[in-house]
Amino acid sequence: MSATVFGLCGAVAAGLGLYGVITEAQPLRKILAFNVFGAGVFLIFGVVARRGAAAGFSGDPVPHALVITGMVVAFAATAMAVALLLRLFNASGTATLDADTTSAERDSTDT
Amino acid sequence: MGPSLLVLSIAVPIVGLLLAFVVGGRQVERIVLATMPIGLAIAVGVAVATRQVDGPLVYLLGGWEPPLGVALRADGLSAVMMVTTAVVMCAIGVFARADFVVPEGVAEARAPFAFWILLLAIWAALNTVFLGGDLFTLYVALELLTFAAVPLVSLDGRAETLQAALRYLLFALLGSVLYLVGTALLYGASGTLDIVLLSRLVGPQPGTIVAAALMTVGLLAKTALFPLHLWLPSAHAGAPAPASAVLSALVVKGSFFIAVRLWFDVMPALPGPSFVQLLAALGAAAVLFCSVMALRQERLKLMIAYSTLAQIGYLFLMFPLAYDAGATHLARGEAFTGGILQAMSHATAKAAMFMAAGLIYQALGHDRIAGLAGVGRARPVTLLALALSGLALIGVPPSGAYAAKRLLLEAASDTTQWWWTVAIQAGGALTSSYVLLLLAHAAGAAPEPAKLRARVPWTREAAVLALALVSLLLGFVPWSAYFPISPQALSNPLTFETLSSALWPILAGGGIAILLGRGTIPSAFMPGVGVASVDRMRRAALMPAGWIMRIDDALRQWPTAVVAVLVLATLFGIAIAAGR
Repeated sequence: MSATVFGLCGAVAAGLGLYGVITEAQPLRKILAFNVFGAGVFLIFGVVARRGAAAGFSGDPVPHALVITGMVVAFAATAMAVALLLRLFNASGTATLDADTTSAERDSTDT
Repeated sequence: MGPSLLVLSIAVPIVGLLLAFVVGGRQVERIVLATMPIGLAIAVGVAVATRQVDGPLVYLLGGWEPPLGVALRADGLSAVMMVTTAVVMCAIGVFARADFVVPEGVAEARAPFAFWILLLAIWAALNTVFLGGDLFTLYVALELLTFAAVPLVSLDGRAETLQAALRYLLFALLGSVLYLVGTALLYGASGTLDIVLLSRLVGPQPGTIVAAALMTVGLLAKTALFPLHLWLPSAHAGAPAPASAVLSALVVKGSFFIAVRLWFDVMPALPGPSFVQLLAALGAAAVLFCSVMALRQERLKLMIAYSTLAQIGYLFLMFPLAYDAGATHLARGEAFTGGILQAMSHATAKAAMFMAAGLIYQALGHDRIAGLAGVGRARPVTLLALALSGLALIGVPPSGAYAAKRLLLEAASDTTQWWWTVAIQAGGALTSSYVLLLLAHAAGAAPEPAKLRARVPWTREAAVLALALVSLLLGFVPWSAYFPISPQALSNPLTFETLSSALWPILAGGGIAILLGRGTIPSAFMPGVGVASVDRMRRAALMPAGWIMRIDDALRQWPTAVVAVLVLATLFGIAIAAGR
């Protein structure tokens, strides 16, 4: 029962995070949204562990090991994204992901 | 001896990079360059050892059998990809020496330090991708690959490249989280992530289908298959030439390789006919859209980056051709071999092409395609290297791309899927079109001799030429030793028939280049008569090209791209479920 509740919570967190990834324009908010998304996925790993309980254990230890690795990766990714964002802000004074002019505009100068 | 080579192939680059990181300064380059021949020797050793054993080479980490432990496995597929990686890495190492020197009077400079260390990190990550025997090891390897690749984009620290790197990182993260969800679901369904054990357990349960769809779309986002390509053009075109070569030639192949492992080794029986057709349809769209985009680019490096996108699309054409409709599973055969050969020949040819572009940029101080005239007279060897890598990309016999095309075309006719024959031939013509456009500009005579900015050490040109030649001669390698094809399938690539059949796509490509190429074609390549009628046709042809460019612009917006990820995941899920 509790596994189902946690599983649904994980799914909701992942969905909220994904929504943020799509709609938020600010890179920092995107990074935060990724972390919410990731947290939801890690919770799903926990549920998988709980459901795999056997041989007298209250949970399957393998997904726990996987999720710790996943967290390390997510932490490193967040650190790297923030570092890039800071350098971008220092270099340009703004922090957006919107690219340069579109290629259709550039093409209008074609001869 | 054989199995321990698998560990060494990952450990040696990592030891090298840690040593270089600790020692620092001017020694970084020396340590990295000393590691490269060892890495090459190990890769060749693995390739030799896989031929001597029946089945894959296996190394169990710590002696623990899966599912408790983790295995490294090398089959023919891993071996050839490892050797390709090693060869490309060595060429890039020789080429990059002049780009990343520590200036006089400085103990250590940031860009060289980062470049050399990240080069080894990418190598270690790729070898882990090729050898990883379970899906979570592959996830970690994929993340290492991304983390090593992203900083290469922004080595020069300009705002645009930092932006490109950040966009790349965020989109790649989206891909890896989707892959991670898939591994969680697969583990939940079968209790193991080991590829061999999993392949016996997966069945068409809902959880597995969702996992497969999410993992596939995550890997496609990292491979930049159209329409999930928003990050690639700016990232690959903005990086310094040797870094672009690594990114375009090798890094995108890492996630492609995992997709191949997933579908051919883990769940070959899961996809139905509609899924494989959908995957190849995306590939065909990539070939069409991105080739036209390549033709319309103003700058050389952006053209090559779009060419990479088109070639990535080409790789996915192998899926429906490798699908055995009778046994309803994906089979390793001619089409599979063709797809992998295409990946290898693209790796070598594209690395050579990006490095040749780097030489041109260094010589002229710019890389506008319209301003390339005269570079051939000033730097003939550079032009030769560019031309050879272009020919290898087009697939002129006996290149690897030619062998790949021949195998794919045979598979298409064996499985009576004429539409993929059309797509493969059209892809060849489109590749020829942008290569010819580029060469027509570069070989053209300039009104005044081009002013050269810098002298180029001969080793740089030699590295590019060698790599282009490797790609051009790949058709001679006896591939039947590593792949399940008959030795006759690729016999004698130099007959009159093969050479003449290779001519048609090139002629068609010339026509496309005249119709759709950006700017005016140098007049020497146009017959004097009929200029007016060509002009009329050009105006008509440019209209659909304009639409393609608008669609491409729209797809490269962040919200559109993420929604495309979700739509594709849903479509994949439906297609897999419908095929059952």
